Amino acid sequence: MNDMRTIERTTQMDEIKISATGVQVYYGDTHAIKDVSVNIEDKTVTAFIGPSGCGKSTFLRCLNRMNDTIDICRVEGDIILDGEDIYHPKVDPVQLRAKVGMVFQKPNPFPKSIYDNVAYGPRIHGLAKTKADLDVIVEKSLRRGAIWDEVKDRLDQPGTGLSGGQQQRLCIARAVATEPEVLLMDEPCSALDPIATAQVEELIDELRQSYSVVIVTHSMQQAARVSQKTAFFHLGNLVEFGETGQIFTNPQDSRTESYITGRIG
Amino acid sequence: MIEQHIASAFDRDLESIQAMLMKMGGLVETAILDGAKSLGDRDVELAEQVRAGDAAIDALEEQVNEEATRVIALRAPTASDLRTVMTVIKISANLERCGDYAKNLAKRTTVLVDATPVEGGDVSIQRMAREVQLMLKDALDAYIQRDAELAQQVILRDEDVDKLYNAVFRQLLTYMMEDPSNITTCMHLHFIAKNMERMGDHVTSIAEQVVYLVTGHMPDDNRPKQETTNFTAEEA
Repeated sequence: MNDMRTIERTTQMDEIKISATGVQVYYGDTHAIKDVSVNIEDKTVTAFIGPSGCGKSTFLRCLNRMNDTIDICRVEGDIILDGEDIYHPKVDPVQLRAKVGMVFQKPNPFPKSIYDNVAYGPRIHGLAKTKADLDVIVEKSLRRGAIWDEVKDRLDQPGTGLSGGQQQRLCIARAVATEPEVLLMDEPCSALDPIATAQVEELIDELRQSYSVVIVTHSMQQAARVSQKTAFFHLGNLVEFGETGQIFTNPQDSRTESYITGRIG
Repeated sequence: MIEQHIASAFDRDLESIQAMLMKMGGLVETAILDGAKSLGDRDVELAEQVRAGDAAIDALEEQVNEEATRVIALRAPTASDLRTVMTVIKISANLERCGDYAKNLAKRTTVLVDATPVEGGDVSIQRMAREVQLMLKDALDAYIQRDAELAQQVILRDEDVDKLYNAVFRQLLTYMMEDPSNITTCMHLHFIAKNMERMGDHVTSIAEQVVYLVTGHMPDDNRPKQETTNFTAEEA
């Protein structure tokens, strides 16, 4: 009776996709992430929540080495993806990012056609030998992005001409085109209206069948709706990590409680 | 509640629902005491008051549920806020049932006024009423003070009510066997005692909700069960 997972959308496996241990991040002298260890499961949506500046986006960006692009940023600790250290000198960040895709807060389609937006990744990674192969990948990706029916008759039109919600789903289609295994989403719905948000959330739930999804969100209700695991960050610390139903009904840490119930803490 | 919400209206919403619940609890306590008093004194007027008073309890229950539904819809409560709203709904249902039992007691008082009195029949019932009312008072105090320990004590005290009920059951059975003309009175008294016992169960349920509210877990159900009249009946 007390097992809340019976009403949760249960996770089908507990296989660990990403294992982070003792991760520290510094921006110059600022200690942004303090000794964070967390296991991210495969075929599961993991939500990172916390107030602005708590480090949740910074930590997310560690998972596909997006922080490499910031000169003063220094990452310590181990982040293991499928048994491989992603910060190993031999790892090519470009290949890593094909495996660990990312969707950003503001939809950012390339100023190209809808088709080329999706085909870009497969082209540079050489995933398609022929035009026919590429067509298949583009259609499959757009279907995965739940936007195929809306754009199939205008693939040659610019991606920037779509509505905000459509642009974001195009970006998700673009991210899945390289067959990633992990999908990172940094506030993917904060620029969308409620209907587009619901569509993206439904899409996230479908994507969970194939990928490990990690989502940073300011909307606690969104975290509650889409995720199976929730991590609460505060001042660079991972305060609490647990099953989403438990975090939202019976958090164990008073800081989590204060944050999710909207109290000053 | 130690910390305040950033949205102060949320605090006011939760406070007003809990205030309604406490008002309801107060009315039920009074109904139990007055009901028992009306029985003891064979006071038909007081019994009528108790019967009429139940409408206010029912109305409050409806109001509590409406407000709780609104809070869920408008504020999407989580964690202890969510547990507060959920327990408020359940506790108000328990209180409403207790109110019904008190009303039923008062109804039987008006019948018992004309029936043959049975010597000593009321005494144990008065004790049960006092015990149940004290349990209810403590359960509601535990709720307001978020005191899981006090709530646990209340849960254990239900045993005493069960024991009292067993004693009343045997006693009334004896009276009825001694003299069949006692049967009408004893049957009514027995229903009253049974209702008191049921009230004890509802108060226990309230105390369990307090434990859930405070700790996030329902208490383990390993308390001793003392209601044994099913065996008594076989003996008899």
